[in-house]
Amino acid sequence: MTTSTGVGELHDLEELQKRSHPIRGVVALIVGVIGLIFAIGLSISFGAADISLGTVWTAVTHFSPELTTHQIIHDIRLPRVLGAALVGASFAVAGAIMQGMTRNPLADSGLLGLNSGAAFMLAVCFAFFPGLPYMFLILCSFVGAGLGVAIVYGIGSLSKGGLTPMRLVLAGAAVSALLGALGEGIALYYRIGQDLAFWYAGGVSGTKWSHLQILSPWIFVAMIGALILSRSITVLSLGEEIAVGLGQRTAVVKVWGMIIVLVLAGAAVSVVGAVGFVGLIIPHLTRYIVGHDYRWIISCSIVYGALLVVLADLVARIINPPYETPIGALIAFIGVPFFLYLARKGGKEL
Amino acid sequence: MSVLEIDHVAIGYSSALIVNDLSVEIPKGQISTIIGPNGCGKSTLLKAVARVLRTQNGAVYLDGKAIHQLKTKEVAKRMAILPQTATAPGGLTVFELVSYGRFPHQVGFGTLQKEDYEYIHWAIDVTGLREFSDRPIEALSGGQRQRVWIAMALAQGTDILVLDEPTTYLDLAHQLDILLLLQKLNKEEGRTIIMVLHDLNHASRFSQFMMAMRDGNLMVSGNPKEVMTKENLQKVFNIDAEMAVCPYSKNPICLSYQLYDMKGKI
Repeated sequence: MTTSTGVGELHDLEELQKRSHPIRGVVALIVGVIGLIFAIGLSISFGAADISLGTVWTAVTHFSPELTTHQIIHDIRLPRVLGAALVGASFAVAGAIMQGMTRNPLADSGLLGLNSGAAFMLAVCFAFFPGLPYMFLILCSFVGAGLGVAIVYGIGSLSKGGLTPMRLVLAGAAVSALLGALGEGIALYYRIGQDLAFWYAGGVSGTKWSHLQILSPWIFVAMIGALILSRSITVLSLGEEIAVGLGQRTAVVKVWGMIIVLVLAGAAVSVVGAVGFVGLIIPHLTRYIVGHDYRWIISCSIVYGALLVVLADLVARIINPPYETPIGALIAFIGVPFFLYLARKGGKEL
Repeated sequence: MSVLEIDHVAIGYSSALIVNDLSVEIPKGQISTIIGPNGCGKSTLLKAVARVLRTQNGAVYLDGKAIHQLKTKEVAKRMAILPQTATAPGGLTVFELVSYGRFPHQVGFGTLQKEDYEYIHWAIDVTGLREFSDRPIEALSGGQRQRVWIAMALAQGTDILVLDEPTTYLDLAHQLDILLLLQKLNKEEGRTIIMVLHDLNHASRFSQFMMAMRDGNLMVSGNPKEVMTKENLQKVFNIDAEMAVCPYSKNPICLSYQLYDMKGKI
């Protein structure tokens, strides 16, 4: 520091560091992780066959294949709940990245056409290339997500006055309706409704270990990428010109951000179908708790996104047994009022 | 001695060129101001200097090196930019926003170091924002908000500051407040300040170097006494200006003015 105005006396460093609230972030993370573990335990123990939390614990720690309960836990319930957690974390982080990059408070992979694009491509795969391995289905899902968001942004930017948050959401709704209808049309015509039903209903009941094995590396790498990118996303959320002025290569950040979003949304849709609103609700909730720093928003979104979908899956089984209520409908039940609230606020928050 | 050299630049969005073949050298350690009517390309020129826009032709040189060939992070350590329409995301406090000025100096996950805290606190103090430092930005007035953005640019610790209309939407006292702050930074620390101003009298009073633009061309540049003349104001703004002398800076000011019609008559 060579300035004559000078820095003045250095304030007590410890006192200063309290200002940037990492404490709230750490507390939110710890509470979230404890809540998530507890919810996962509950979700595993609850079902047609009653299993106590203690049995769940021993099944995880000392798995013995000859016990039926352990088999149920291992083959059915554990992959299901892990699938729910992965899906929730993916949708939430995708939403957080989209909101930060576009400064659009209504950005969500469901609202902007990614989820329906991915679901549409899956329908196409089922109809024309039946028996495609899951690995290829996922890749098609990524491509579909990209297709959906490309159409939405294309339509949105055609309108005079450019891309406002509301226009994008309207374009997203229209494109989602179209792709959804096309997907269902294909399903009806090619009689693959049975295969697709669980996707459109949005459920994690069909999740198998083989799916998780293929999915989790993608999601894991994308999450690491999101965390590495998080600080740059905060800077980008201050505005493009500010970010350039601060020495950020904004094009690079945007391309990587978009790739991560497509991978996360595509992977999540390939498990659960076009479930919306997770990416809308969770980032806003975490932003409210931990502030505007995307390092904290994204890490908390991982945990709370997972928690939301695990709980939704649990509630879906409790509400009307033995039938399962679609979790997409359950989450929309919270998501729609939340969306209306954000839309009324006019997006001043971002 | 010039710190920035704008060399035969052409700038435009897609097909339409807004600035066509403009050259000027911006002096080091001085306050330089661009003036001109709406749509004359002054903000566009500033954006090219700030490397937000690429030049179609020609180049901007920072200390003799073409700015688009330098690493953008290295440029950000030398030059801070305050765009015209800066709006903060909700929920950020003054301290948090100002701390992002340290971005170009940080590596890895970006934990603030002792030196970063020193710069941030100095920037908050010098802009008079100490008492607001924990407040959310949306709770501040327009003038205070503008000072927060300036503080963020100052925290960047650069010797060049580029500001696009830093006084817009502020009342008379707050405009002067900002300009006096910039003058102090220039005088006491020798920082180079480049800005766009709409108020000619402020430009004349606070600058050592002025550039007058019209229709994407540089009409005249030089010290305020050379630029702020009746003839130049007619050429640039199509106005018949009644000139006077500023009692504070002894530079020319425009006391009042009349519009010319299209044929150049009053």
